[in-house]
Amino acid sequence: MIHARKLAKRFKVRRGGVVEAVRGIDLDVERGQLVAVLGPNGAGKSTTLRMLTTLLPPTSGTATVAGRDIATDPAGVRDRIGYVGQLSSAGENYRVRDEIVTQGLAYGLSRSAARRRADEMLDLLDLRPMALRHPGSLSGGQRRRLDIAIGLVHRPELLFLDEPSTGLDPHNRANVWEHVLRLREQYGTTIVLTTHYLEEADTMAERVVIIDNGRIIADGTAGGLKSELAGDSLEVTTATEADALRAADVGVFFGDVTRESTTVRVRVTRADTALPEFLRVLGEKDVRAVTATSARPTLDDVFLALTGRSLREDEVAA
Amino acid sequence: MKKLLWDTRTVFLRELMPTLRAPSSLIWTMGQPLLFLILFGSLLAGSQGGVSPWQWFVPGILIMMCLSGPMMSGYTLLTELMSGSFERILVSPIDRSALLFGRTLKEFLLLLVQALLIIAVATPLGFELFPLGVLAGLILLVVFGSGLIALSYVLAIASRPSGELFYGVTQMVMFPVLLLSGVLLPVQSGPDWLRVIASLNPVSYLVDAERALFAGNFAEPAVLHGAVTAFGFAAVGLFFGTRAMRKGI
Repeated sequence: MIHARKLAKRFKVRRGGVVEAVRGIDLDVERGQLVAVLGPNGAGKSTTLRMLTTLLPPTSGTATVAGRDIATDPAGVRDRIGYVGQLSSAGENYRVRDEIVTQGLAYGLSRSAARRRADEMLDLLDLRPMALRHPGSLSGGQRRRLDIAIGLVHRPELLFLDEPSTGLDPHNRANVWEHVLRLREQYGTTIVLTTHYLEEADTMAERVVIIDNGRIIADGTAGGLKSELAGDSLEVTTATEADALRAADVGVFFGDVTRESTTVRVRVTRADTALPEFLRVLGEKDVRAVTATSARPTLDDVFLALTGRSLREDEVAA
Repeated sequence: MKKLLWDTRTVFLRELMPTLRAPSSLIWTMGQPLLFLILFGSLLAGSQGGVSPWQWFVPGILIMMCLSGPMMSGYTLLTELMSGSFERILVSPIDRSALLFGRTLKEFLLLLVQALLIIAVATPLGFELFPLGVLAGLILLVVFGSGLIALSYVLAIASRPSGELFYGVTQMVMFPVLLLSGVLLPVQSGPDWLRVIASLNPVSYLVDAERALFAGNFAEPAVLHGAVTAFGFAAVGLFFGTRAMRKGI
């Protein structure tokens, strides 16, 4: 569905400066996949999406999207894809249904077909009661669903969503996701979305592509990335620091150890089997553990392992 | 070609939609120039002898609308550029030139209706109607206006993301251009330096041409100068306008 090779975008900024927003991306997405592109703000996620959707010409590199070349046949790409941008798609002076109908006309549907399709979309996204309202009177979640309705009116085989859930409260976020997943089930739409919410990428997408500084730094299933790049961790606290030191000595035989006063953390491949073993050895050495927990890694640990930075700081700031 | 027409129609209908859905908004759009006409025209009627002030003022007010319409249109585009609703249209396969044509068409419809309304009001007050001259005058306005709309879009596109450039230019440029074109007050009575500046103002040529045409004088050189100005504006505007729309935003 998508085949991108060495896709790059360089922006000229004031005073002759140059920003390398995207530094050569290779990406292949098969039909029916749900791919989450994860990365901090300014990593190049949106720029990549905007190139793939023909909104922005790449500085170099090539890509075919839905079987068409973005450089030589942008109109062909536009016919086949849907795109929901970061900002609100509907004009403020328009009624909800009118905007969906207009978008249908823009894709070459006849007036009657566009109206029928608009009503289908209103039903699919539970917007029917809002049909005659203006976007300004909708809630954040309803607005986002309207954006998706507008992006889907021509039933694209491939849908791009740029930060579909940013700025929504958890309830609305879950609701938008429910609709995205329903859509996928009903029409088999291939979906590529960007997000900087870790949990979202983790639980919803089958495939996670991590972008940082304009490059893809990891690509795989969430589970695969975590076991490959981060691994599980064990955490044991002891009553005294002396005990913690001895626990750390034992931990070295299991994996990388970090210690903070009476807390000892060990990176392991499988925490569920390593923890009992670790505790058994500690018992043999007469080190008493006060608490013992095991943790599966998060995608943040993956990002941390790859870049030495945490994505969370970014999430808090946003 | 068929696609271009269909797409132009789609854009045109979308632009017209808010008015169709809330026709009462027309009262404000239509009322303002009428109010201007009646208040300003009556003032002039008291101060000027000889030629009917209506003959002098009606073309002026049409040009005023022809300047403010495109500006408002550019402003609307700017809002849409900043909100994301334009981006969603750009991602559709709609023809890029149709984005320009459809919007321009809507401005013209508005201008035409306003012009007819103003002429209908001014005629009983003493405005002498030369139908052919008025027709030619309106065509010239349409040509000039299309260039102006296109340029206003180029400005809107160049003003992203803050929009400051657009606000700055429209506020700093519009008023002097209007004043130095002789739309509201005759420039001839001003000092020399003012008249020199006015002669550099392309709009003043258009104003002279419109006044000649509305008086039924086709043979005046002012008509030719005005026509050259209008077509020049249209050519420059459409060139940069379509280029900006195609280049991607």
